[in-house]
Amino acid sequence: MDLNKIFDSVSSIDGVELNPETNLIAVPSASLLAVADKFKNNINLEFDFLMCITALDNGDSKNFTIAYNFHSNKHNHSIEIRVSVADGEDVPSLSSIWKTADWHEREAFDMMGIKFTGHPELKRILLPEDWEGFPLRKNYEVADYYHGVPIPKDKSYWE
Amino acid sequence: MDLSLLERFDKDNVVVEKLDTLINWSRANSQWYFQFGLACCAIEMMAAAAPRHDLERFGAMPRASPRQSDVMIVAGTVTLKMAERVKRLYEQMSDPKYVISMGSCANSGGPYWQHGYHVLKGVDLVIPVDVYVPGCPPRPEALLQGLLELQKKIMTETPLRKQA
Repeated sequence: MDLNKIFDSVSSIDGVELNPETNLIAVPSASLLAVADKFKNNINLEFDFLMCITALDNGDSKNFTIAYNFHSNKHNHSIEIRVSVADGEDVPSLSSIWKTADWHEREAFDMMGIKFTGHPELKRILLPEDWEGFPLRKNYEVADYYHGVPIPKDKSYWE
Repeated sequence: MDLSLLERFDKDNVVVEKLDTLINWSRANSQWYFQFGLACCAIEMMAAAAPRHDLERFGAMPRASPRQSDVMIVAGTVTLKMAERVKRLYEQMSDPKYVISMGSCANSGGPYWQHGYHVLKGVDLVIPVDVYVPGCPPRPEALLQGLLELQKKIMTETPLRKQA
């Protein structure tokens, strides 16, 4: 099934738009669960595999984009949808629909600080639990010390 | 004192040597290393321990417990999260203990020097290092040479003298 047909089957949901230049489907966070439900259960779509969740910092660490890549093993088609959120804004968790979203969302939270509502256990997945800040944000600054261990930034003595 | 003494005598004989040397000799030639790896360097360490390079020729064999280990080979990227564990494991080893820092990451942070927000910039920031083995990752021969350099270093020690 091609992109336009996939889009047609979810276009009735509030705020879902197809960008004709990038061929990406933009979904407002309020409609995400409705779109996901259709993706999973519509007999013509049947996206059984959430391949990847990617969080992007749009440059100012105030606006983020979350990209979801889906694939259907049954129909052998794929799609990417994008959700735009502001800093601190909640995004519904997809972990109740695709189990694999659990760890992907925890990683997005760990690195970018995106909050997913309805997630069973939203805590850091890679970094230590007492880590401060979200390191893949553009405005992140490396701390001077971590538990008393210095993190040198002056490279002059080395080069 | 080394293996060149072997088969030099026609009958039983006495060798006069410092006790220090005997202790150093036995320590240097039974460097049991702590069996843990942190990144791709660990693959080269495994290759060094495997039959083709065979670390055990030099009396180095892996031990899975810090209590039984004499030398810690820090093989790979030490993240800040791991740094605390590495330090604790080093403290759990019994004296005398030595550290070989294997590879660029353990030496200085390596490729994570510039942008690695989570990488320790050299394992010598948390534990004392005896031998640095450069490379990314070092070949097994390089690790072997590091071990032999450590043996040379141990042979210069004076374990019987009062420590300052």
